[in-house]
Amino acid sequence: MTSIMVSRIRQKQIAQLIASGKRLDGRELNEYRPIQIEAGIIEKAEGSAKVRLGRTEVMVGVKIGTGEPFSDRPNDGVLTVNSEFVPLASPEFEAGPPGEESMELARVVDRGVRESKAIDLEKLCIIPGKKVFVVFVDVYVLNHDGNLIDASALATLAALMNTKVFRYELKDGEVEKKPGFVALPMKNYPVAVTFADISGKLVVDPWLDEEEVMDARLTISIDKDGRICAMQKGGTGTLSPQQVIEVAHVAEEKAKELRGLVVKS
Amino acid sequence: MSLGTVLVSEEGIRKDGRKLNELRPMKLEVGILSNADGSAYVEQGKNKILAAVYGPREVHPRHLALPDRAVLQCRYHMAPFSVEERKSPAPSRREVELSKVIREALEPAVFLEKFPRTSIDVFIEVLQADGGTRCAGVTVASLALADAGIPMRDLVAACAAGKAGGHLVLDLNDLEDKEGEADVPVAYMPNYGAVALLQMDGLLTIEEFKQTMDLALEGCKQVYGLQKEALKAKYLAVRAEVEEVEEE
Repeated sequence: MTSIMVSRIRQKQIAQLIASGKRLDGRELNEYRPIQIEAGIIEKAEGSAKVRLGRTEVMVGVKIGTGEPFSDRPNDGVLTVNSEFVPLASPEFEAGPPGEESMELARVVDRGVRESKAIDLEKLCIIPGKKVFVVFVDVYVLNHDGNLIDASALATLAALMNTKVFRYELKDGEVEKKPGFVALPMKNYPVAVTFADISGKLVVDPWLDEEEVMDARLTISIDKDGRICAMQKGGTGTLSPQQVIEVAHVAEEKAKELRGLVVKS
Repeated sequence: MSLGTVLVSEEGIRKDGRKLNELRPMKLEVGILSNADGSAYVEQGKNKILAAVYGPREVHPRHLALPDRAVLQCRYHMAPFSVEERKSPAPSRREVELSKVIREALEPAVFLEKFPRTSIDVFIEVLQADGGTRCAGVTVASLALADAGIPMRDLVAACAAGKAGGHLVLDLNDLEDKEGEADVPVAYMPNYGAVALLQMDGLLTIEEFKQTMDLALEGCKQVYGLQKEALKAKYLAVRAEVEEVEEE
């Protein structure tokens, strides 16, 4: 983990502090940075939200369209999650097709929403096998200061919760919009909790400088009933099985906190 | 999720005849491609996967080179004919993600600092897929690295466990993966007690997850045993060849 962004001396300082149970920004090991959630900020999108996690800023816009269902799920609406690392968000981001990190981010967010069955996709069917609603979730990273996964998952949940679907009627098999909207049918409320392994300790919500130092990263998505719905290890380090079980319990606690914030917004 | 398929019978027997904690039959071969510096092949159930390693060699593109260690590059790719419906040969988002997590699972095992300014390239080609290809990919790639003579801390063995038909099961096949409740792929370095790859999708309580991970780790240990045998088999074959020549 060498980086031009964080000097070696600072890396060492971060690692040594964490080894003694402290963090450079004064947080507890399992404390999140301050979180702000604003929902419904883009009028033209059917759903939207912006999350500030410390200095990390992520915006999510949800657009609703119609399209064909997948052949193996003819009665289900379609969910697609995409993410953009916009070049204005970090000196390290470049314009161009999405890179590996961006695809991983989108897929981890997608997995949390899909596996917890957050959206009631069956209710998004228009004509079985032919036409369904498509939910496009676009994650837009505006300022990268670490832990993009949790910020994006939180913004996605907040955006989905204020997403509205247009009313329609069928005319000769074609969808015609009618005035008015209904809320996107939701069944579950997943949030992601990410840990960074630094000096053998797992700290929650790593900021960018800590991400530069970490050996491994572990994201655990928790649904409304405290069940695990997705998991992703990242980084080139390893974890012990005991560490994983320990943080699964921490994740469950933290997930309640995060979910509370979304409900309030 | 279950579409009326019975994944596990009342006697605890799975659709393909396996017990809950039983691996699919696994065949591992080492050193099978002559051009590659290291190579290996695995068949696990209907999975058929080839891995090749080139390097340490010059880095392409050059600006990726690191002054203090080698870069490990990894490509996981599925052949267009490997699945039911033809897959476009262009790398999908899934393949990009899997290439990343597989690379991150192999990296901790390799002494990259021994080869500064070089690249070690790992290519994984899935010729036929039947569930659990990322795990089989890690298993076979780690053998190919060993075959290339690259110094490693340990072999990385991988195996998934999950929940299907209400039961916790080892080494899910495609059907169990698609229609089951949860899938937890794990890669493990048994000598270090280190988990190098961990993902999950589906729904599990924390207690179920714990049991599933334990089951997967047991599977990894079995795979590890097979990996070691496969490596030994290659060198025994070389010795037999040499002895034959000497006798002549």
